[in-house]
Amino acid sequence: MSTTQNILRPAPRTGTAPTESIPWVRYALSALALLIIALFLILPLVAVLFEAFREGVGAYVDAITDPYTGHAILLTLITALTCVPLNTLFGIAAAWCIARFQFPGRSLLTTLIDLPFSVSPVIAGLVFILIFGSQGWFGGWFAAHGFPIIFALPGIVLATMFVTLPFVARELIPLMQEQGSEQEEASIMLGASAWRMFWTITLPRIKWGLLYGVILCNARAMGEFGAVSVVSGHIRGATNTLPLHVEILYNEYQFSAAFAVATLLAGLAIVTLIIKSIVEWRQQRQWENASS
Amino acid sequence: MSQRRSLLPGFGLSLGVTVFTVSLLVLIPLVALVTKSAELSLGELWHTLADRRVLAAFRVSFSTAFAAAFFNLFLGLIVAWVLVRYPLPLKRAWDSLIDLPFALPTAVAGIVLTTLYSPNGWLGQFFAELGIRVAFTPLGITIALIFIGLPFVVRTVEPVLQDLDRQQEEASTSLGASRWQTFRRVLLPPLVPALLTGFSLAFARGLGEYGSVIFIAGNMPMKSEIVPLLIVTKLEQYNYPGATVIALASLVVAFVMLLIINGLQQWTRQRTGRD
Repeated sequence: MSTTQNILRPAPRTGTAPTESIPWVRYALSALALLIIALFLILPLVAVLFEAFREGVGAYVDAITDPYTGHAILLTLITALTCVPLNTLFGIAAAWCIARFQFPGRSLLTTLIDLPFSVSPVIAGLVFILIFGSQGWFGGWFAAHGFPIIFALPGIVLATMFVTLPFVARELIPLMQEQGSEQEEASIMLGASAWRMFWTITLPRIKWGLLYGVILCNARAMGEFGAVSVVSGHIRGATNTLPLHVEILYNEYQFSAAFAVATLLAGLAIVTLIIKSIVEWRQQRQWENASS
Repeated sequence: MSQRRSLLPGFGLSLGVTVFTVSLLVLIPLVALVTKSAELSLGELWHTLADRRVLAAFRVSFSTAFAAAFFNLFLGLIVAWVLVRYPLPLKRAWDSLIDLPFALPTAVAGIVLTTLYSPNGWLGQFFAELGIRVAFTPLGITIALIFIGLPFVVRTVEPVLQDLDRQQEEASTSLGASRWQTFRRVLLPPLVPALLTGFSLAFARGLGEYGSVIFIAGNMPMKSEIVPLLIVTKLEQYNYPGATVIALASLVVAFVMLLIINGLQQWTRQRTGRD
């Protein structure tokens, strides 16, 4: 099962081998798989919608148009609009140096980039409190200069950047390693500038992988709960992102309102999944065209 | 990529940006976690960790994360098998839906699972008739972690299933092996490393998971309190050293578990002679 073999021959996705077609086994397993998908994945989505409209369309609209909800939407958008572009630039830079050059400490760097995936979001929030909190290393200094980080927007952005750091880099590193650097080297030898090489050779070849990483990064940035919850202080109308707003409403027993706001986040998840499958499909096509 | 000097530009800039960002966001925070813990004496350290409530939280977190990851081995294998091997209507849609737990914000997953599994919820009522409480018990935590962990197993097993050589299965059957023998001797061995990877990813995620669990857990100390919640509780009491030590301990234990699972994986790979 070598990688080259995979590139040359995309695995067949459909069709059954003659040996495995005992009908009842196939039907039973298919039914079981669909049941798992229905119970664990579809039912929760249906329940979010059902609970959101339980008290009628009016209550739903009220919850969505509430000023606190509006502020939470704004804060979530600001956070995502800060973190996603920064992490995209980071991901491209990290993939470029890791996939294109040999240097000591390369695998250590890769491990450190992956690390946020295996750290609990709560610990991700905690570490920034240790550094920037009132008893932290630099917290006093920043607060004294009128620029508090914890229980304020910068803390939310830092914690979100930590949890979303690996998304773009992880998507691009294996992709660029597999593509190899011959075309880029050729363009440089033919006299192209670094800038021109990036825009005409590198970017077109990684665009689908990049987009894939960016939408996953965005979904996590908008939906992050644990890390943001620890650093935000839950100040309504000030440091309350959408997921935190859902929690507050739910804990105040305003269930319909909580689910109404949750439909916005569930909608985000669905849109993310749809874009993701389109990108996967385009990526596969680009790949097949390249290899045929 | 070779040993020779590269022609390509931008090494200094890209490495600089990468190292700077990783230091700022990952390295310094981790150092902070370790040095803050080191401020405590060994006695204080022991006192914090040997606390009954802390030990109980570790027990709850480990047992639920382990049970959920174990259960996901079966659910994930069945779903991956059907999605790869059998013709299904709307297959693309089902396949995309598998990633829902990755894309759905955990707070939303938390409140909706709590509603579904509460004693008068759509699913909870059936359990209630059997006298089983799901929400606000460790069983509820396990269900939330099954939801969160399912895509890890499906997504690691799917590519291996797609690459499996079907001629081996056919050969095994035509040589007279039963379906069960073919499954055990031909299909399962190459799948084991992927299953272990999926298990360890789901397990690691389950240990740290917060948002989807705290709503359904009930959060009763000694019974259904998870480690991440205990860290938050200590923080809210301004007990920073306590929170830090528990956080560091859970990181260390999680890494040791992952090392063991990785070792196990290497071992099975060598045994089955596959890469």
